[in-house]
Amino acid sequence: MRYEAPSSLEQAVGLLAAATGDARVLAGGTDLLVQMRTDILNPELVIDIKRIPELREIKEEGGGFRIGAAVTGAELKEHPHLKSVWPGIVEAANLIGSTQIQGRATMGGNLCNGSPAADSVPALIAAGAKASVVGPNGRRDIAVEDVMLAPRKLSLTKGEIIASFLLPAKSKGSADAYLRFIPRTEMDIAVVGCGVCLSLAGDGTISRARVALGAVAARPLLVEEASKALLGSKLEDAALSKLDAAAGAACKPIDDKRGTKEYRIKVAGVLARRAAAIAYERARKA
Amino acid sequence: MQEKVKDGQSSEFQVVGTRPLRPDGADKVTGRAKFGADFSLPGQLVGKVLRSPYPHARIKSIDASAALKLPGVKAVVCRDDFVEQSSEFIPAGEMMINYRDVVRNVMAREKVLYEGHPVAAVAATTAALAKEALRLIKVEYQVLPHVIDVVEAMRPDAPLLHEDMFTAGVEPAPKTPSNVAKRLEIGHGDIAAGFKQAELVIEREFTTKPVHQGYIEPHACVASVSEDGQADVWVSTQGHWVVRAHCARLLGWDIGKVRVTAAEIGGGFGGKTVVYLEPIALALSKKARRPVKMVMTREEVFKASGPTSGAHVRVKIGAKKDGRIVAAEAELKYQAGAFAGSPVQPGAMCAYAPYDIENVKVIGYDVVTNRPKVAAYRAPGGPISEFGVESVLDEIAAKLGIDPIELRLKNAAKQGTKAAYGPKFGPIGMVETLEAAKAHAHWRTPLGKHQGRGVASGFWFNIGGETSVSLSLNEDGTLSLTAGTPDIGGLRASLCMMAAEELGVPLDKIRVQIGDTGQLGYNFLTGGSRSTFSSGMATVEAARDVMKEACKRAAKLWELPDDAVEYNNGGVRPAGPNAGKHAPMTLKEIAGIAGKTGGPIVGYARINAAGAAPSLATHIADVEVDPETGKVSVIRYTAIQDAGRAIHPSYVEGQYQGGVAQGIGWALNEEYIYGDDGKLQNPGFLDYRVPVASDLPMIDTVIIEVPNPRHPYGVRGVGETPIVPPMAAIANAVANATGVRFTDLPMSPPRVLKALDEARAKGSAKL
Amino acid sequence: MAKHHITATVNGDPVEFLCEPQETLLDALRDQLNLTGTKEGCSTGDCGACSVTVDDRLVCSCLMLGVEADGKSIHTIEGMAQGDELHPLQQKFLEHAALQCGICTPGFLVAAKALLDKKPDPSETEVRYWLAGNLCRCTGYDKIVRAVLDAAAELRGA
Repeated sequence: MRYEAPSSLEQAVGLLAAATGDARVLAGGTDLLVQMRTDILNPELVIDIKRIPELREIKEEGGGFRIGAAVTGAELKEHPHLKSVWPGIVEAANLIGSTQIQGRATMGGNLCNGSPAADSVPALIAAGAKASVVGPNGRRDIAVEDVMLAPRKLSLTKGEIIASFLLPAKSKGSADAYLRFIPRTEMDIAVVGCGVCLSLAGDGTISRARVALGAVAARPLLVEEASKALLGSKLEDAALSKLDAAAGAACKPIDDKRGTKEYRIKVAGVLARRAAAIAYERARKA
Repeated sequence: MQEKVKDGQSSEFQVVGTRPLRPDGADKVTGRAKFGADFSLPGQLVGKVLRSPYPHARIKSIDASAALKLPGVKAVVCRDDFVEQSSEFIPAGEMMINYRDVVRNVMAREKVLYEGHPVAAVAATTAALAKEALRLIKVEYQVLPHVIDVVEAMRPDAPLLHEDMFTAGVEPAPKTPSNVAKRLEIGHGDIAAGFKQAELVIEREFTTKPVHQGYIEPHACVASVSEDGQADVWVSTQGHWVVRAHCARLLGWDIGKVRVTAAEIGGGFGGKTVVYLEPIALALSKKARRPVKMVMTREEVFKASGPTSGAHVRVKIGAKKDGRIVAAEAELKYQAGAFAGSPVQPGAMCAYAPYDIENVKVIGYDVVTNRPKVAAYRAPGGPISEFGVESVLDEIAAKLGIDPIELRLKNAAKQGTKAAYGPKFGPIGMVETLEAAKAHAHWRTPLGKHQGRGVASGFWFNIGGETSVSLSLNEDGTLSLTAGTPDIGGLRASLCMMAAEELGVPLDKIRVQIGDTGQLGYNFLTGGSRSTFSSGMATVEAARDVMKEACKRAAKLWELPDDAVEYNNGGVRPAGPNAGKHAPMTLKEIAGIAGKTGGPIVGYARINAAGAAPSLATHIADVEVDPETGKVSVIRYTAIQDAGRAIHPSYVEGQYQGGVAQGIGWALNEEYIYGDDGKLQNPGFLDYRVPVASDLPMIDTVIIEVPNPRHPYGVRGVGETPIVPPMAAIANAVANATGVRFTDLPMSPPRVLKALDEARAKGSAKL
Repeated sequence: MAKHHITATVNGDPVEFLCEPQETLLDALRDQLNLTGTKEGCSTGDCGACSVTVDDRLVCSCLMLGVEADGKSIHTIEGMAQGDELHPLQQKFLEHAALQCGICTPGFLVAAKALLDKKPDPSETEVRYWLAGNLCRCTGYDKIVRAVLDAAAELRGA
């Protein structure tokens, strides 16, 4: 195995594009090293992107935030403003694993690992985040919900690396929330994850809603029907019921060692309701 | 032996019952302490095991020639390097194992019987080369159908693991082999007559899944064999004399040629009472003529060490309206894994042991399945059977409208009660723990929404066993204490305290170590909650030996008869009519004259410690259930248990709390998850879900002391009983919160929600 | 496979070691630097026994490559005591009997110190959630949490 630590994005892209064998990008390593250890992966080349400044910065941009793909969950939490503007995203990134994991894990890695159960992804999707992707053919922006196609399968082409995420400017009266269900209190992979972002009109009516679910399909889902269920409501019981049903209907889950199909469908609805309630309360105060 | 305990009243202890810092503590909090994988020898090789990918297959051939050609590979071993064993049972902690099965579990011979079963092993200069060498070993398997469920395995048409397994304990002996190794039956009275008298009978079936001890330290050892056949092993183990015996036997070597040193051990709970890597490392080292270090990965630990049984349990209890139990029956089907030897016997013994029941019958079946061979796990077999019994008692209490503690008090075993498994109890603390539970603030704490409370009791019998201890009086009056039962969590502190108590010297004048197998007579392993009891008893005897010898030396100096000198307050003085004739001598001064009065002063004890007494417990658990997700949170827990005498109360409390945490994991989330392909799907701590710090509340403890009259300080073993009540306590609390009784463990959220929904459909759910 | 030459600081001391690219920091600490206080419990980041701090950040050393340590400042359990003086956390762990077998103890101490360095007055819940990545199978966590809270109080000069 070869290890390279380029200091520029061009170098990193070049290495990745030119690789003949299996080449992997290393950010936090909290998924990659586990897969190497358990012989799932045996890369010939590991490209450490942590020395590339753009990938390690959090900058305010256009009223929103540009977050480097290799910024750790712990750093997200320590940023003076980010948590108050995007609590759902920061909480989601800080639910991954343990304190030790959060000291290394990044949203770029969380997304590109290609697990449908990734915690930060539904929150990013709900927020309407865009991934800035750099490759041999230049830079392009794609919606986070379009990055993952299926387990371990991304829409990125050879040589492409996610450089950063752009969180849009947040209007007044908007807020996000992320909840996940796990059997213990920490340390588990999400059985269901739900990110919700709401915008409220002056009278408290929901004017904009994005609802995303993780761990209930082959990739994290943006659930249009769930958004529709909330529009124009003040989160009354009827709206919550419709939300619950829409969330459940969007699921295409599997039975596995973490949960059954029926369970995931039920809990998707429960989490959607609970996350929406938290987002709504935050939005009212925002 | 003089008794410090008279009529249940303790005389004043100076040291016993206090909470000094443990003598091995500084090394443990600084990282200096050496555990199994921390030891290395110059020139050592890395050993790795090739394991079966199939749950059941015949081995047609093993070809390691390509592996041997790889540069850096120094040795390869397989079944031919171990001596065939005929059937012979030996004790392993509180279970019996058979050497014929041990040699096959360590290295497969005719068949592989579980995914992960060792087939060959290599020693190479680096881990990477060892791994590559494994890939080059060609094994030809004939894959066979497998069976992993205990009830399935008992069917006559189930895939057969052992062609020569004919169920023992059945008359007449069966003519066809099966997967049922043994049937046992214990009890007394007339069970049919008992049930006829009952005014309420409840019968329930329960299932539990295999769970793992979950020790954080994987198995690890270093083995080194010299050209003259002398062998050394450093290993993290619960019993290094047992390791020595097994290795010598499996390799066909003299026991005296093998010396085993016990490293610090990072958890065992019964799982490190048997051998896995050690015979392999020795065989590799002999062939390679270099030391070989072997460490299991976490995946290997889960797949190929010794989890405990999964089981099917049927419990039937009959009671009178006033709560008196008149008949109690149970049928236990425990799966043993690949070879016979589940803990169904102790499970049967303990099931009804906390109670005085006139008519009891427990039947047990030991069943083999294509899973790793089970090893002991803290009170082996007890938590499973007692889960069933304590759950049914809870139902009986609810149906009769009797407080669950009162129900148990009405039926509690006491001194003189005849246990279902035979003996009459000496003094035991069952009633005391129940009364303490009743009086505890926890029992009166108000419950909130979606919360419930459960209570359960538990029993474990504890063992004694062969123990040797040596206590040297050093030239400057300090002492060196060598014991032989590995310290799994505070033993050295307790032994030091007992020696200090006897000798009347400060704690820091005694240095205690766990000796290797060359330094002491035989010591049975640390298990069965025996080390504080047995090594403690031996330490006291060795200390009294030193005291007696000290008196003799002074007597020689003072020209008095031996019995005219007495030991007092850390020294010796003339007694009786000679009192005051000579100034007392301190132990230090005695040490100074040791040479000229006869030689070194060393106290020995070599005993088969008898008189181990049971420890009873009653636990109270409060849970909160999320009605929409089925998640169960433990919000309050109290563990009340009889320690006989708590030598070091902090470490006794620690045993209570640790057992509770494991029991909670067993109740809520821990289980071996297999696919239909017979392969383990969760061989790691990610999906084998042990409780984490945020899962648990503070665990309150109450130490009851009903001294054991057969131990000089009244000690009862305490380590195992704590894991017995939690599963039922939690299940009873969940039933209290939800109106739904759970008979299948673990009570993971999907199962709880499913059952809640079914109960809601029937109108019987409380939330 | 060529080895990388790594220069770093461990417990305040400059160190150099060679390691292969796929070796973890945990392997390097234990096998190259003979610092065996940091333990391997699972090698998948699930148990925390391998906890160290890297540039004051609490991490699992089994999830870092040795080569990533170049230029970094690493603290392990061996650096926690100051000469003969145990850190208050180490002392409190002993006083509270917050260890039984002791295998998880180095990881817990490093993790707890990282908490108290950042948050001198944590609540019981905060302590439990911060330490959720450190598994203990012996103690049920009760005495560990008490020891950490007690050490926090002492460090605050309470």
